[in-house]
Order: sequence, then C-alpha cells, then structure tokens
Amino acid sequence: MLKILTILLSVILVNNCILAQFLGICPFLGVSKKLDSSVGMGVAVTFVMVLATAATWPIQQLLNKYEIGYLQTVVFILVIAALVQLVEMILKKFIPSLHRALGVYLPLITTNCAVLGVTINNIDYSYTYVESLFNALGTGIGFLVAMIIFSGMRQKLEGNKFVPVSFQGVPITLVSASILSLAFMGFSGLVG
Amino acid sequence: MSIATAVILVVVIGLVLAVILTVASKVFFVPVDETVANLRAELPGANCGACGYAGCDDYAAALAADHSISTSACPVGGADVAAKLAEILGVEAGSADKQVAVVKCNGHCDAAKTIMEYKGIESCKAAKTLFGGASACTHGCMGLGDCVAACDFDAIHICNGVAVVDREACVACGACAKACPNNVIAMLPEKNKVFVQCNSKDKGAVARKACSSACIGCGKCAKACKFESITVEDNLATINPETCKNCGLCAKECPTGAIVNLRAKKKAPAAEKAEA
Repeated sequence: MLKILTILLSVILVNNCILAQFLGICPFLGVSKKLDSSVGMGVAVTFVMVLATAATWPIQQLLNKYEIGYLQTVVFILVIAALVQLVEMILKKFIPSLHRALGVYLPLITTNCAVLGVTINNIDYSYTYVESLFNALGTGIGFLVAMIIFSGMRQKLEGNKFVPVSFQGVPITLVSASILSLAFMGFSGLVG
Repeated sequence: MSIATAVILVVVIGLVLAVILTVASKVFFVPVDETVANLRAELPGANCGACGYAGCDDYAAALAADHSISTSACPVGGADVAAKLAEILGVEAGSADKQVAVVKCNGHCDAAKTIMEYKGIESCKAAKTLFGGASACTHGCMGLGDCVAACDFDAIHICNGVAVVDREACVACGACAKACPNNVIAMLPEKNKVFVQCNSKDKGAVARKACSSACIGCGKCAKACKFESITVEDNLATINPETCKNCGLCAKECPTGAIVNLRAKKKAPAAEKAEA
C-alpha cells in the first residue's frame, strides 16, 4: 500500500512525465492553448495509459517467456495503436458525446511517446501488475496536472502586452515551459 | 530458432489484434449519414485543416449539417472538388457568398516612399523584423511575395511592388491572408467591387508622407456615401461589404485615390479605346 502511494506521489510530482522525464512534449505544447482542450487531452491520455498498461504488462511476460524481450518497443507500439483504435470504436458506438469531446486527441494518442514511455517504465522498474496500473494512473494524472498548469500560464501569456514582440508565440511558450520544469525540480528528493 | 519464434510471435500478436479490430469494426459499426460519407469521399483526405475545420471528416460533417457553409473552402481540392461537393449538397458552387482575397494596399513603387534599400532575405516576414520593412509605411504591402509563395493557385502576384489578386483564379482559401505579416490581405465577397486599398492606421499627415495613395482618414468618403456603409476608425476608412452598393461615389471623392472602384477601372480602358 505504501509503495503504491510512493509511486503515485513520485510520478505525479517528482518524476512528472512531461516536466522531468520530457515525455509527451508534443501535446504539452500543442494542445495546451485552452483549458478545456488540455483537460480533455489529459483525461484521454490517462485513460489510454491505464488501458495500455493493462494490455502490455501481460504481453511482456509472454515476450520474456520466449526470451524476445528486445521486441518490447515494436510490440508495444503495435498493441497501443490497436488498443486506441478499439477504444475509439467503442466510444463512438456507446458514448458519442465523449467521443466528440475527445475528438482528434484520441487518434493522436496512438503515437504519444508518454504512453509508450510509461508502459516501458513499468517493465524497467519491474513493477507488479497492480503497481504498474497505479504507475500508469499516476503518470496520467501528472500529465493532466502539467497540462492544466501550463494552459493557465498560456492563457495569461496570450496577447500579453509585456511580452516583447519577438518573443510572442512559440518562443515565450518554450521559455515558460522550461521555467515550469525548473519549478517542478523543487519536488526532487520528496520521495526517496 | 529464436528468430523464428520472434517472427511467429509478433505475427500472431498482429493477427490477433487485426481480428479483434475487424470484429470490433463490425460489432461497433455506427451508421454514417450517407451525405457525409459521399462528401468525405470527394474530399482529398489531406487532413490539412486549411478549410478551418479539424480535418476532412470534420469539414464533411459541417457541410452536411449546415448548407450555408462554403463548399469552396478546400484549397487542396480546388474548384473541381468544390463543384462536386456542391452537386452532392444540391447548392450552387460558392454561389451567394463567393469570396476573393483583396489586398488592402496600393502603395506601389511610385507611391510609397522607402526608408532603406532592403537587400535581405526575399521574404516579407524577414523584412518585417528589420524596422518593419523597407517601406516608410509599416502597415502596407512589402511586395516580397510571402503571399505569392503561399498561394497554390497562382492567383496572386507582385506587380510594381504590391501584391495583386487575380480575382478569376482566387479560390478564397485564405492562405495568402495568413501568410501576410502585415495582415494586408482580407477576404471579401466577390460582389463587392469597391474597397479601401489602404491599411495604414497612421495619422493623416504621417500616412500621406509615407505614401501618396494612403488613406488619410479625412472622412470625405463617409460623407459621400448614401448608404452609410463607410466608417472611419483609427484614421482608416472601412467599407461595410454588406451594405455597400458598389456605387463608387466614395472612390470619386477620395483625394488620395485610396479607394478603388473595380467597375470604373474596367470601363476606363474601354473608353480609351473608343476615343482612339
């Protein structure tokens, strides 16, 4: 129980997947312009991370059994892509409102490195099945937290007169992202 | 041996996933509106988002839901696709609200003064970063052709230092308007033939000094207009395209020639010929 709490706290704050592991930077910069879209993306990523972990962890055991663990990356990408397709179909059929809300983000997650990263991390840290699931959940929440904080920052920056002309747009976004990352470094050492 | 197991295992995993997805696509099949499917089939599927929607699927859905949306929004497909889309929807291709790009600047080489000889990269965006460009007017067309590069239809060209739109070839994709760093290009309805060809928000004297065909915000056009469709704001006259009747009184009244009347322009060469 304590280990699970440690994992959660670690991946949400200390080893935040975006701000410390630098995974999933693309949606972090691309979809964080508005608060509602970044929340949508964050929730979708969390959902897919947990599902992907649930599917890939047993497959890794299969790969280990036949001693072809090196095929991890290829097989995981295959499985995650198929899984996202399946999820999209199911959502379209049964929860069209959620499907519309997630919109284009869901297929985008297919190739999100944060999802692949968390599934591979689960294996590298040799977590058990339950621990892996919580690690995925925590990473997803960490992603969501970073997205929400950053979209708030960007809304303040948008059209701000104090930003020099040559820094407006992408440059100031990158600068603020790195400052946010520095701020999260303050959490290091929180969890042993 | 290990290679064989690896290949077999990955193929098996792939096959299992393929079967699951195939079955799922049948089980979770959602009937799509036929019109949407037909529209989608005609669209090029580049998913570039140039139409202003999230992709071809989104554009097709929007078209089917609202017939007033322009069918000529797809710059990739061009006029052919627009005609096909219109046929499916049963509307005339870009009939009522066909738009064209309009360059809001007439500061050609003889009119606009320059403050330097620009020898940098041949791009408006680059020139803009250097004291706002070579022209004394920082609001106008820089004539370095970012819009020409952005146009996929060969519908905009630089003539005498100013971008000029070929109104026949323009499909109103808006790519040039997006590319222009000074926001000189606007999308206006095709039926509007009279417009202010100036973008300068400088005070009258400053604007006049920089360019002889600048709008100086004198307000003569607003007074001359019988339909109250001209407003002068920030030293710049604006014609409301919805209420403008193309009468051209404002163009006659304008002391600097900042307002052009395309109908008058067309007549002029004909009259010259008649005289000759």
